[in-house]
Amino acid sequence: MTWREVVGAVLATTGTALIAVAGLGLLRLPDTYNRINAVTKAATLGVVGVLLGVMIIKPSVTAVGLLTPAIILQLLTTPFGSYAVGRAAHRSSSPLAPITHHDELHRPVPAYRTAPSHDQHGPGASAASIR
Amino acid sequence: MSWIDVLLVLLGAVMAVVVGRLVTGPANADRVVALDLAFVVFIAATALLSVRLDVVAVDILVLAATLLGFLTTIAVSHLLERRPR
Repeated sequence: MTWREVVGAVLATTGTALIAVAGLGLLRLPDTYNRINAVTKAATLGVVGVLLGVMIIKPSVTAVGLLTPAIILQLLTTPFGSYAVGRAAHRSSSPLAPITHHDELHRPVPAYRTAPSHDQHGPGASAASIR
Repeated sequence: MSWIDVLLVLLGAVMAVVVGRLVTGPANADRVVALDLAFVVFIAATALLSVRLDVVAVDILVLAATLLGFLTTIAVSHLLERRPR
């Protein structure tokens, strides 16, 4: 094996091991939010490691031209996807693990698309309603 | 039996875990998380398969799955969020 194959094999094995650890976390962690945590690490570091390893093992114009945008897109889009999943999980009242101490988002977030509610209690009550 | 086959078998085991969580997720959000990891496993397995089979054109599936995974995650979590409670 040349040094390029060795470096690529190490990168691809590391990325696959990270994905396997994420699968273990998906199986064992007690909570939706903890599982989101495990999956997000695999989706960034694991995929980038595997794609970099593949690109180093067999560098061609097609492979580099296709895998470099894939790496950039994966690094850019994974945080947004995980944030959206976590927000949807909390708003669809996915249960928290029993060992959770307190929930910072316990007060429900205002609804997504509702008409702006007008205060009907006069000018004095508006200051009290803003918390 | 090269080292890539070992990694592909490992990814197959992860995909089995993903399918198990997809079937028996306690909440619907768990199924969305499992779908996200399913796309991750598919991307990694396709990239490794392009090396194993020595077919560079398979790499276009990696790029397509990257885009499709993001859009699927956003769309499904939006559906989950808009469900009436």
